[in-house]
Amino acid sequence: MGKKPKQVVVLPCSGIGKTFGALARETAYELVERVRPGLATLTCLPLLVINDPEAVALVTENPVITIDGCPKDCAKKSVEAVGGRVAKAYEAIKFYKEHKDLKPEGIAEVNDTGRKLAQVAAAEVAREVDKLAAGEGE
Amino acid sequence: MDIQVVKVGIVSCSGEEIPEGTLCRLACRKVLDERPGETVTICLPLFIAGGEEERTFAQNYPTITVDGCDKLCAAKATEMLSGKPSKSLSIPEILKKHGLTPPTKLRHFGPEEDAAVKAVAEEIARAVDEVLEEE
Ligand code: SF4
Ligand code: SF4
Repeated sequence: MGKKPKQVVVLPCSGIGKTFGALARETAYELVERVRPGLATLTCLPLLVINDPEAVALVTENPVITIDGCPKDCAKKSVEAVGGRVAKAYEAIKFYKEHKDLKPEGIAEVNDTGRKLAQVAAAEVAREVDKLAAGEGE
Repeated sequence: MDIQVVKVGIVSCSGEEIPEGTLCRLACRKVLDERPGETVTICLPLFIAGGEEERTFAQNYPTITVDGCDKLCAAKATEMLSGKPSKSLSIPEILKKHGLTPPTKLRHFGPEEDAAVKAVAEEIARAVDEVLEEE
């Protein structure tokens, strides 16, 4: 049986110019603030880029789920670059492909439809968070 | 005649963890949207996850970095992995200069945060002008 982690890191990419980057971030915020507060946590992805010791420890000592805004997979690659292992990697577009009625728009932040899609996405990601928190899937 | 149009690079920290990071992203985005002909950006983690063209961003464009806190991720990452920024701005310093209180939420900024977004965007736009003048 795997060791039960205290926290599960849900790490969105830094997407500054893409709707699906904004969706990735909104989904992570939804988990951290509303769906699994206290259990799901995040950090600033750029801290991994500069090798900040605390952020590196967070992603190497806890299970990590990444949500990326495009196929460049920055969140996933950044975790791996500092020696972390990604338990589950999502690309945010997947959630839209599965819910075509919820087309997100907006670049800085997603619009209301994007927020709804983020709620749906967060509910799906929460199941992975729970598995990882229970020590499964490691 | 060969006219070279210089664009200024704006690298925002993404600051997902703190409200100042969101302020940073939104203000940078505002400047990028308002001055599309003069500015360009890049997602910061591409300095590691991207290819050669992305890593040489700060060598190809005079670059302004904007950071949400004193960890200065954008300034440090740009200097370490791409090239020395022309200017480095920090949200806490800008807020202090304008006598504004930091935002308190991570997302869904509204009218309450407008003044801060506007003040930061103006500082970034001023820095863009200065860099363009120097070029
Ligand atoms: S995965 Fe794509 S959208 Fe996200 S930070 Fe990287 S380049 Fe930007
Ligand atoms: S500079 Fe501060 S707010 Fe911005 S990404 Fe780094 S730690 Fe986060």
